[in-house]
Amino acid sequence: MGRYVIRRLLQMIPVFFGTTLLIFLMVNVMGDPIAGLCGDRQCDPATAAQLRSEFGLDKPVWQQYLTYMGNVFTGDFGTAFNGQKVTELMGTAFPITIRLTLVALFFEIVIGISLGVVTGLRRGRPVDTTVLILTLVVISIPTFVTGLLLQLLLGVQWGIIKPSVSSEAPINELIIPGLVVASVSLAYVTRLTRTSIAENARADYVRTAVAKGLPGRRVIIRHLLRNSLIPVVTFIGTDVGALMGGAIVTERIFNIHGVGYQLYQGILRQNSQTVVGFVTVLVLVFLAANLIVDLLYAVLDPRIRYA
Amino acid sequence: MRGATTVKWAACAVAVALAATACGGGSSGGGGGADGIVSSSWGDPQNPLEPANTNEVQGGKVLDMIFRGLKKYDPKTGAASNMLAEKIDSTDNQNFTVTVKDGWTFSNGEKITAKSFVDAWNYGALLKNNQKNAYFFGYIDGYDKVHPDTGTASAATLSGLKLVNDRTFSVKLSQKFSLWPDTLGYPAFAPLPKAFYTDHAAWVSKPIGNGPYTIDKYAKGSSMSLRKWDKYPGDDKAQNGGIDLKVYTDNNTAYTDLTAGNLDLVDDVPASQLKNVKADLGDRYINTPAGIIQTLAFPFYDKAWDTPGGIKVRQGLSMAINREQITDQIFRKTRTPASDWTSPVLGADGGFKKGLCGKECTYDAAEAKKMIQDGGGIPGGQLKISYNADTGSHKEWVDAVCNSINKVMGNNKACVGAPIGTFADFRSQVSQQKLHSPWRAGWQMDYPLIQNFLQPVYYTNASSNDGKWNNKQFDDLVNKANAESDKAKAVSTFQDAEKVMVEQMPVIPLWYQNGSAGYSDRVTNVSLNQFSVPVYEQIKVK
Repeated sequence: MGRYVIRRLLQMIPVFFGTTLLIFLMVNVMGDPIAGLCGDRQCDPATAAQLRSEFGLDKPVWQQYLTYMGNVFTGDFGTAFNGQKVTELMGTAFPITIRLTLVALFFEIVIGISLGVVTGLRRGRPVDTTVLILTLVVISIPTFVTGLLLQLLLGVQWGIIKPSVSSEAPINELIIPGLVVASVSLAYVTRLTRTSIAENARADYVRTAVAKGLPGRRVIIRHLLRNSLIPVVTFIGTDVGALMGGAIVTERIFNIHGVGYQLYQGILRQNSQTVVGFVTVLVLVFLAANLIVDLLYAVLDPRIRYA
Repeated sequence: MRGATTVKWAACAVAVALAATACGGGSSGGGGGADGIVSSSWGDPQNPLEPANTNEVQGGKVLDMIFRGLKKYDPKTGAASNMLAEKIDSTDNQNFTVTVKDGWTFSNGEKITAKSFVDAWNYGALLKNNQKNAYFFGYIDGYDKVHPDTGTASAATLSGLKLVNDRTFSVKLSQKFSLWPDTLGYPAFAPLPKAFYTDHAAWVSKPIGNGPYTIDKYAKGSSMSLRKWDKYPGDDKAQNGGIDLKVYTDNNTAYTDLTAGNLDLVDDVPASQLKNVKADLGDRYINTPAGIIQTLAFPFYDKAWDTPGGIKVRQGLSMAINREQITDQIFRKTRTPASDWTSPVLGADGGFKKGLCGKECTYDAAEAKKMIQDGGGIPGGQLKISYNADTGSHKEWVDAVCNSINKVMGNNKACVGAPIGTFADFRSQVSQQKLHSPWRAGWQMDYPLIQNFLQPVYYTNASSNDGKWNNKQFDDLVNKANAESDKAKAVSTFQDAEKVMVEQMPVIPLWYQNGSAGYSDRVTNVSLNQFSVPVYEQIKVK
């Protein structure tokens, strides 16, 4: 197990450098960011030249990348064009997005798995069919449609929520956006759980457990669910990274100033410091989530071992 | 009933979730009347908030609330009148003596003297301070020493600025410029307190000014609370208790918040909502001219465009664009067809002259086609109009302009749009002269003067003359107008310069842009000034 973890951690290093380099190159290819700083007029050449040297943009790209990575390892993610430290931006943006992700995960796990268990145990019954149709509908509607629709109905028409989230973004304001972010994944979790439960419900160990006279709830939770959760956990684990990065659309609709907002702003302004910094952290989150998923396998099913 | 409990649990979770949001849906509005707080939409300023470093509307909005300069532009007429200036005298239109009024202080209690201005201007002009509006000080003598085009500055202060006494300073310009005092209402010329230099980082995180509002709280990137400054000595005191600015990532969300009663003021109605705006807001929708003109610029550095026949081609193209139809259908009358190179906000006295461009800017399909063919046709056989596709609805109108030209030419390929991914990339291609076909251009005025619409954009080698057009006759007329001491005479000479542009058509004027805003029924007396910025201090809360 220990060797496995170390090997996985070592594998992360090339992935980390590869992705950051790619992002760095992509942002650089988009052109000269200083030109966009002065609006519809040309920056005066002397100021532009000075800004360029201040942000290190006058050096070749490989050198910029090396300097940047060197700084990152000392915890310095550079400065955004508005004079704010990127670490400062991260300090405000990540807590909000993490909160949003947790809300979304909560819905995925609680609603998704519950519905999955219910439908898995009642295959072919009306409940099952209804949930299957509902999840199909949710999967086929793009998130921004769900988001705008809920915003319009709950926020404007019925006045249940505020259409936009305030800058502190407390949990209670993030419930609807969280539900929107979670919606598609939630449907997948339901379907995954359903299939897995339905498959395992006929397994020998379940029959044994029932025959032993164990209470129904114990059979379902300790025996059936535990074995059926492996594909679901894989999905949820990879989804953590996707939720954090993919919240861009939802964050924009509900005016949440999280990671998605900073990334969007950074891309619009071609601020490589912001974009690369945020993506670097997202890559780390993604890698960590994947590692945790793999380690969880062993917890759920001791038969899965690592050399 | 094995699954029953789980179903119940899920149902409860949803119910709790909805109940919790309902609790969070309460309004946070403050009191009404003179202490009422107005909430308004905002965008994240692109640059740090410093007077000489702010060149876009979002940062400008704040500066407008927390700073007052020597002059102030009347929000209705645009006329510049003295604010902190007691008088600005000149005998030759080149040497000015400025006297600062007594009794003004910054909100931290520091007295405003002539030095507050001289130091601020020297700071703004100096190259090493990276101020993006440094060129505003370019008319002052010695600017080329403190802000050379390349290399390092050879002087730290402008030689044209001299402190005379506590309340007086003198300014020597490098050329005659009779309207120069009228430029001093621009925020770049604001005075700065000592705290700006001594603890710059602290100042930038919470700027201190001398305007009707002070900054109470500033959370960079998300919100700013401004409160009325009770000891403000000016006569344009705030009529409300304060302004809460909230950053929106998407102006659609801001508009939704307004319709839900969650926000009082939106100063940028999204194009997609223009068709609903009458039904949603009724007469709480404002659509007034702003000092912005949009144009098509041509690359005169490219030989193919700088030909004698090119004039006819450009005039023909101008006549091939059906401005009326496009402003009606695409912009829903939030643009007005342009017929000169200035803006209606200047007013007739200020130099706006409707129809100055005449038939050259009027749609005439038959004549347009003839002109373009007489001039030798479109260089390269195809007109590619470059624009940035990331912001604004540029694609829609560029396509419409091309459609109009294609119809005139009877050729579906005569004109196409050439999108460029980001604004920064678009600007860098324009400024590096990489474009060899026309591009969308625009000019937002810095101050309501006809000079500002012409000289920075079309004068030979001017800072925003991206197409590198040059014409001696035009330059001479601009110089002559600047030296004119009589304002009316100066304006009419600038108009003579504009007439040269009709004959040459260096850029095609398309339309004047309006400012559009909407407000809630909680507030009254909302208006936009000529820069399409709300006149915040006049807003009254019911």
